[in-house]
Amino acid sequence: MTSKVEFRALRRVFGRTVALDGLDLTIEPGRLVALLGPSGCGKTTALRCVAGFERPDSGAVLIDGEDVTDVPANKRDAGMVFQSYSLFPNLNARDNVAFGPRVRKVPAAVRRARADELLELVGLPGLAGRYPHQLSGGQQQRVALARALALEPRVLLLDEPLSALDAKVRVALREEIRRLQLDLGITTIFVTHDQEEALSIADQVAVLRDGRLEQAGPPAEVYDRPATPFVAEFVGTMNHLPGRLAGDGKVTVLGQALPVDGPAPSGPEVDVLVRPEAVQVSLSPGADPGSGSGEVVAASFRGSSVRLRLLLDGQEILADVPGHEAARLAPGTRVDVRLVERPVLVAAR
Amino acid sequence: MAAVTGLERPLSPGPARPGRSRAWRAVVFALAGLYFLVPLGASLWYTIHTPTTGVSFAPYAELLTAEGFISSLALSLALALATIALVLLLTLPAMLAVRLFAPGLRPLMEVLCTLPLVVPPITFVAGLSTSLRVGADVLAPTPFWATLIAIQDPGFPVVLVLAYVVLVLPFVYRSLDAGLRTMDVRTLVEAGRNLGASWPQVLLRVVVPNLRSALASASFLTLALVFGEYTVSRLLGYQPFAVWIVTVSGSRGQLSVAVSILSLLLVWLLLLAVSTAFGREKK
Repeated sequence: MTSKVEFRALRRVFGRTVALDGLDLTIEPGRLVALLGPSGCGKTTALRCVAGFERPDSGAVLIDGEDVTDVPANKRDAGMVFQSYSLFPNLNARDNVAFGPRVRKVPAAVRRARADELLELVGLPGLAGRYPHQLSGGQQQRVALARALALEPRVLLLDEPLSALDAKVRVALREEIRRLQLDLGITTIFVTHDQEEALSIADQVAVLRDGRLEQAGPPAEVYDRPATPFVAEFVGTMNHLPGRLAGDGKVTVLGQALPVDGPAPSGPEVDVLVRPEAVQVSLSPGADPGSGSGEVVAASFRGSSVRLRLLLDGQEILADVPGHEAARLAPGTRVDVRLVERPVLVAAR
Repeated sequence: MAAVTGLERPLSPGPARPGRSRAWRAVVFALAGLYFLVPLGASLWYTIHTPTTGVSFAPYAELLTAEGFISSLALSLALALATIALVLLLTLPAMLAVRLFAPGLRPLMEVLCTLPLVVPPITFVAGLSTSLRVGADVLAPTPFWATLIAIQDPGFPVVLVLAYVVLVLPFVYRSLDAGLRTMDVRTLVEAGRNLGASWPQVLLRVVVPNLRSALASASFLTLALVFGEYTVSRLLGYQPFAVWIVTVSGSRGQLSVAVSILSLLLVWLLLLAVSTAFGREKK
């Protein structure tokens, strides 16, 4: 039930838009890979190429080493959950789940039992007799998930399945998808434009841009060591601070000399990329040598942390501080800003 | 979907304003009822009452036993069923294909399907008979013509079915288009394909069950149109129900009104049958 999926130089053009521009990606068996990117980056097209709804202009999709590019959609053996509600309106939840087995001529009793079992697995026992319009959005997507799993597919394809749901349901359902995926050990491709979603449940995050792979790796790696400025910008929040390259592989920013991570662009004037959580904020201006001095402009409460908007010499900086420290840092407070001593990414100005 | 045709579900009641508004509704309802029922009642009375002999159902008895009643009715019914089957078989897959694979062709399809509406039936028949005449000379040696000749049957004029398919195209297209608009066709079809359904299975198990009311109204309109169609069948020399009515009633006043009432009743019964056949929609 668990398979390896490979994209090989996948290219797909719609009119003048290049949706996929030579995508190469290998997804190991049993992994959950999130295809992440802004709208129009080709992530959904890539998924649809695996499902067989889209035929690449060139390149190939391989499942377990077998080229499935020319296999029709109904013989792909890939279960899909769609972005919009896709349950058959004329069938109740049980019959929706049993649709695949019915097409495969599984005996009625067997497929009913299997459907009820799956509905229980996705947390909907007792709702088998409900019709789609009697179910909430979250329940509909759960049924769709059960339906996609009913044929025990080799690959599970999720096309932004949570985007139509409200925040709380979205978080609960994504945790559940992950739990289910780990239990079943099924290779899963999860398309999303929500970086938080991708980082929180995927084994691997593949960031796409303009139909090409920018970076693929474990969530922590993509977040901490973004391969390109685009990834740095797209995954999480990033401050752009003016810096100046020193000759010894260091960059001077806010009066601090920090080592440069990765290749540095030419030219002494550069942008230094710093995460909000790598910005340390303290009271008592002027005490620390090498600190920038500034003022808190705004604070937004984010639960466990508070995001501060600071102004330093006309430069805006975002900083995340623990919730308990925020009380001292009300808007208008003069503060010192220091960057955590860690290698930083540098981009051309 | 039911809301589109308004066949299955009652309209939602407006804001409740008892008293005056209810009285108004009753008045409007009564007026509309009178508008329809008075002529009908008068016609009925005219057919069964003669000042000299009193009430008698003789005209109806005469009609039902008249030469050609059963045969013309059967012919119309068969033509209607064949037309419904053929037109749905043609349009539904075509409309689906255009929606899924060539959305750019939709305006063209719409214009083509609406065209029969603007061509007067008399022009249509003239064109048809001309083509049949010329076609006989030009196409005679081809297998196409041979097939046409082979399937010709005086008891069941295929040419009428073909003509009716063209005539009902605008109505069928509109009904199905309205039905298809109410569902996310692409996603449902893809979900079906993804779950292993072949194209015919997608059509029969996914699309058709969710298009019931649209299919019902398409069939309705086709049935009504075929039953009332006179020009084409008359000019091509066939005698389905509508032509028979005119022939049999001729100059006899009572009989011709009786036949109108009878055909009204018949069509109404048939529509009721179609409605029950498609109306088993799950709530």
